[in-house]
Amino acid sequence: MGTEQRTVEEILDLAATQFKVPRESLSPDDDFFKKLKIDSLQALSLLTRLEQHFNIELPDYELQGVSDFRTLAERIQARM
Amino acid sequence: MTEFSGQAISWELKEGVVEVALHREPCNELGEQALTEFEVLVRALPELEPHSHALVLYSRLNCGFSAGADLRETYYRTQPMENAAAVESVRQSLERTHRVMNTFDVCPLTTIAAVHGVTFGGGLELALTCDLIIADRTARFSFPELRLGLIPGFGGIPRLKRDLGNAVVRDLVLTGRSFNVNKAHEMGLVAQVVAEGQALAVARSTARQLAKFDRATSSAAKKFIKPIPYDDLRQEIELFCHLFAQPAVTRSLKKFIESRDAQPYLP
Repeated sequence: MGTEQRTVEEILDLAATQFKVPRESLSPDDDFFKKLKIDSLQALSLLTRLEQHFNIELPDYELQGVSDFRTLAERIQARM
Repeated sequence: MTEFSGQAISWELKEGVVEVALHREPCNELGEQALTEFEVLVRALPELEPHSHALVLYSRLNCGFSAGADLRETYYRTQPMENAAAVESVRQSLERTHRVMNTFDVCPLTTIAAVHGVTFGGGLELALTCDLIIADRTARFSFPELRLGLIPGFGGIPRLKRDLGNAVVRDLVLTGRSFNVNKAHEMGLVAQVVAEGQALAVARSTARQLAKFDRATSSAAKKFIKPIPYDDLRQEIELFCHLFAQPAVTRSLKKFIESRDAQPYLP
């Protein structure tokens, strides 16, 4: 498994745990707002967990227009 | 009055600690109701202070400490007004808010903000009036006002400048970015980082420790350490009112407030 794929998988694991949805229901190209049924404030709480998990800083403006897990993983990778 | 139960805030005096809870859905937006109830607290403080050594501010809501000023309320209140009347209305509201914030800032009790989750804009400005900020790992901070054509208006810039310095103010205000508790601790904004859900418990235990100190000495030390930046606070109100009068701000607020997207408009 490539680094990017691993990052996506870790994001899916964290999102499933945080928002209590079955892990197998999440895919990399899903719109996380729709799939997790979250709003922008809840998305920020996911961002906080991701920053702590990957030990990075990711300004929220870099996530504007980002709504799928795969692109989110790319943004995180760029900060690692 | 040793306890109060309002629609936006409640407080009680417990073992020498004034515990102030924020609990207005959806996320403790600071509007007229909260301001009016904070003014009740300000009037009650002289009666509470002789029996207390600390004041703890916290939120009972899961979303966080506070999402900041109630921009929706401000927009709908001022939108039907002529520009000059709208600015005057905002100015009066800011003057009242500053009186409350300044009272917390110079309160002779040691004040602690126990925060979690969203601590944005006016919510962060409220936390900044406290002597210590204790935050759990879910806490996230931001001054997003510039993204709407405004600056923080509840005393945030002068207090952040006083406590952390101008470089930090520039980073946070000019980028409007949000940042997590690790960053907040690293920059000195947060005194203690605690596990999720533990901020209030740790604030209470810190308050118990403070009870061991001589009250008059603690108050004298605080007065010496924490001068209130009155000139900057005054200038902040003037600049906020000047910016609020600009048509671009009304357009930004309208777009932000009317947005139904999961990711509301923020440039």
